[in-house]
Amino acid sequence: MRAGSGQSKQQEATKESMSDRRSELTVSLWRGAQQGRYETYKVPWRENQTVLDVVTFVQRHLDPTLSYRFSCRVGMCGSCAMTVNGTPRWTCRTHVASVAKGGRLEIAPLANLPVIKDLAADMRPFFDKWQRAKGAFVPSQTRNDEIERIRPDSAARIAADAAIECINCGICYAACDTVRWNSDYLGPAALNRAWTLVNDVRDAGNAERLQAVAASGGCHACHSHQSCQELCPQRLNPTASIAGLKRRTMWAYLKGEI
Amino acid sequence: MNVGLYVWQRATAALMVPLVLVHVVVIFYATRKGMTAADILARTRGSIAWASFYGAFVVAVAIHAGIGVRNVLTEWSPLKERSASIFASAFGLLLLLLGVRAVAAVVLP
Repeated sequence: MRAGSGQSKQQEATKESMSDRRSELTVSLWRGAQQGRYETYKVPWRENQTVLDVVTFVQRHLDPTLSYRFSCRVGMCGSCAMTVNGTPRWTCRTHVASVAKGGRLEIAPLANLPVIKDLAADMRPFFDKWQRAKGAFVPSQTRNDEIERIRPDSAARIAADAAIECINCGICYAACDTVRWNSDYLGPAALNRAWTLVNDVRDAGNAERLQAVAASGGCHACHSHQSCQELCPQRLNPTASIAGLKRRTMWAYLKGEI
Repeated sequence: MNVGLYVWQRATAALMVPLVLVHVVVIFYATRKGMTAADILARTRGSIAWASFYGAFVVAVAIHAGIGVRNVLTEWSPLKERSASIFASAFGLLLLLLGVRAVAAVVLP
């Protein structure tokens, strides 16, 4: 239902933009670091152009000093997320036609993170929080043991699978109101990762992990505003994962396990 | 907010759901019947039931609101967590004192 309505909205936006088709786009790009300003460029309008194509055009043809980050260009690596017309998006898979308003684009680095330069945000706080949330797999067996058989239809594996396809793009983190208000909050991606490991029967680190996500700044700080699941390019639902962690940690607390 | 505060806030919220409903019914009943202050005091004074009902209500409100105010302060004010905790505890204590005073005024003989 959500996907359907999102798709039709995008189609409408595309139609609107097509009717508003012009030969060039007016693109404002953030230049500088934490302090800086928008600079405006004229970029030729092209069929099926992505936002990343626009940024690349500016860097290759108009201003080679522009800094930005990308790698795979096909929505796999999660490197190229930026704020496009006020909304965090993966720029390599976002068509200009679906987001440009009146032939205009305003592109900034991801919010809620320090800016290194221009469109490149410093992702260190984001990944530090993955560590704080105990987002690393802790093996319970060695390479000499038999490979554990995991039933794909077991409840735990279904829960883990639903949340596993995160590409670490940071869009949910940039979209999160709670991260903006509380810099200590672990954020949707780190907590979503923790939830996948909580449901991984091969993992041996759950006592520490539940402790970490139940502490101040952990899952209980989430207000369930759901911007993360609204904007996740992988259509994951970190809010649901966080709700799962809230339930799991609450029972662990009541049983005196954490 | 950590898991301990979360559990206390949710538990007091769950407790307050029936208490609020009964409280609202009591308000409607008292106003519709045109009860005077003397009529009400005649029923509440010395009543262990009303003392327990509103006593529990006051304790739940003080805990619930204290934790809520702490959250608001940590997210929306420049206060650090420790300062927010001190302020919110003081606020909860104030609510508790005012509430207990009000309950005492209507239930003590």
